[in-house]
Amino acid sequence: MTTMYVPRDAAACSVGAEEVAQAIARAASARGDRIDIVRNGSRGMFWLEPLVEVATPQGRIAYGPVAPEDVASLFDAGFHTGAAHRLCLGPTEEIAYLKKQERLTFARVGVTDPLNLSEYEAHGGLRGLRAALGMSSRDIVEEVVRSGLRGRGGAAFPCGIKWRTVLGAEARPKYIVCNADEGDAGTFSDRMIMEGDPFVLFEGMAIAGIAVGAAKGYIYLRSEYPDAERTLALAIAAARQASLLGNDVLGSGRAFDLEVRRGAGAYICGEETALLESLEGKRGMVRPKPPLPALEGLFGQPTVVNNVITLASVPIILDKGAKYYADYGMGRSQGTLPFQLAGNVKRGGLVEKAFGITLRELLYDYGGGSASGRPIRAVQVGGPLGAYLPESRFDTPLDYEAFAAAGGMIGHGGVIAFDDTVDMAQMARYAMEFCAIESCGKCTPCRIGSRRGVEVIDHIRAGRKPAANLALLRDLCDTMTYGSLCAMGGLTPAPVVSALDHFPEDFGVSPAKKVS
Amino acid sequence: MISKEKRAGTTDAADASSTGVIDQAIAENRHLPGALLPILHAIQDRLGFIPPHAAARIADGLNLSHADVHGVISFYHDFRSAPPGRHVVKLCRAEACQSMGAVALETRLKARLGIDFGQTTPDGAITLEPVYCLGNCALSPAVMIDSQLKGRVTQERLDGLIASLEAKP
Repeated sequence: MTTMYVPRDAAACSVGAEEVAQAIARAASARGDRIDIVRNGSRGMFWLEPLVEVATPQGRIAYGPVAPEDVASLFDAGFHTGAAHRLCLGPTEEIAYLKKQERLTFARVGVTDPLNLSEYEAHGGLRGLRAALGMSSRDIVEEVVRSGLRGRGGAAFPCGIKWRTVLGAEARPKYIVCNADEGDAGTFSDRMIMEGDPFVLFEGMAIAGIAVGAAKGYIYLRSEYPDAERTLALAIAAARQASLLGNDVLGSGRAFDLEVRRGAGAYICGEETALLESLEGKRGMVRPKPPLPALEGLFGQPTVVNNVITLASVPIILDKGAKYYADYGMGRSQGTLPFQLAGNVKRGGLVEKAFGITLRELLYDYGGGSASGRPIRAVQVGGPLGAYLPESRFDTPLDYEAFAAAGGMIGHGGVIAFDDTVDMAQMARYAMEFCAIESCGKCTPCRIGSRRGVEVIDHIRAGRKPAANLALLRDLCDTMTYGSLCAMGGLTPAPVVSALDHFPEDFGVSPAKKVS
Repeated sequence: MISKEKRAGTTDAADASSTGVIDQAIAENRHLPGALLPILHAIQDRLGFIPPHAAARIADGLNLSHADVHGVISFYHDFRSAPPGRHVVKLCRAEACQSMGAVALETRLKARLGIDFGQTTPDGAITLEPVYCLGNCALSPAVMIDSQLKGRVTQERLDGLIASLEAKP
């Protein structure tokens, strides 16, 4: 019996993994070969998807990208024994892209069957939760504080400090809310965890619940991820069956259960207070802070709101200790970040590395340069609210503080490359347009400013009073930055102003006479 | 030409058949804290849209004001107030897809179908909607067809996908 792996990940299936799995099953049965097809998560090397792996005595051998019509020749070559073929990539773990990574949060993604809990346990799962169940609430929280883990959703707030606030709150009940509204363009790490290793997220949420005294968790999942929703539903059923979730978590007598709630296509619901409103069944309008959600969050109760990657990084911290995790990274950016390499790159995918890697390493060593073969001209890091950076900034280390000093924002770790055909005035206009479409409308700078921003950029691009309109655009960006209620209006100017600063020629301004 | 009476009659019949779905969605979900979104999703999953008369029934069922319910339905991009075509094509407009030619894809698709975002082709085959990131940014450009994600969507691939939708009943 040969075991083969064909990903069930939505991205892999978007280029034919399902058809490949079916073709392999058909070919094997026609040839009388006995094979077992495991539908794993993706290894995150998307240019190689559909990536098929074959288990051999020498380890797993990778083939890709495989099309259904390649399957016959693969069998003829004897790929079910790991034999050579033009699509053979050798041992999966030896592929440089993967080998050079530091996969802590993503240790099992692409390796295991995401719905097989015993396999999860065999690969190090549940150890963090078991350790936590033997500790006091305070000790769990302080362990997370010491790990230096900061919110991976974008705001980078120290996770342990947030947990400490919720632990100290007296009101009951308390809630754990997982922000799975991964709306930032260029990001897909949350999706990959939910589809590729959902138990690690549940384990992280259960640890959070035990740490702060919450018995109920919600995963707020964006509606654009129907595959993740299906996988989560199956995984929750399996987790309840095995008492990872329920009234008696791993026989500890402690209760923790969770529920998935589907969003409805509003980007703003990735903002934590808008998310809470939405979970309560309301319009996703941003709440002013204070009160902090840690004290008055979901239904007015103390609530931990953490991103998927933050929560999925907790089990390894409890398993291996805060120091193990904190030893990765640099400065105040400790641990690893699953960067997502996207857009116009040859080798897009998931690259989990310690903080401190540079954009240039990501774009060229991993990404292999642009997909189009043209020079990479601009890179947007941190989603639609992140700055556009020119090549002169590519050597800045990706560390929260260092990157901010260079005018960037790491955010959720998405990196989108653009080649030299990009029109940066058009991208600036899109940033304003996106804000106009997605603004919750609660505060005026965001609601009106973004619409006005589109108009002003249209004037500039049409050459109408460019100098006056450029000054007006900067003024408008100032108002939005300092006057908006949340990061949506407050950071929309980042891509706009960075485009103006670094690519003035696209706005009809000669670089020499840069408007400042 | 459909007479006014006939049209009104058709609407009544449609209302009657959707009322069962709406009431069932309310009954199944009203016990949940924050039940409104789950109810709306349950209705749209089954009917493809939220019929206009649903708001009042949901308001009654949850003891909310009609305005509250209408406000929620109109806030979220996902909820439609009219039935979609037989197939829904969501084209990603976000940055990663733009870096790989999504704008040209959009222009050509709109021209081919003769519709804009939010519209349905006259034969009722395809509704075209924008989407802002499908989480497939390393395989841009991306589209979603009836909840099926597609990546590396070239002009030719999209043409093929659309042709197969048009051929399907």
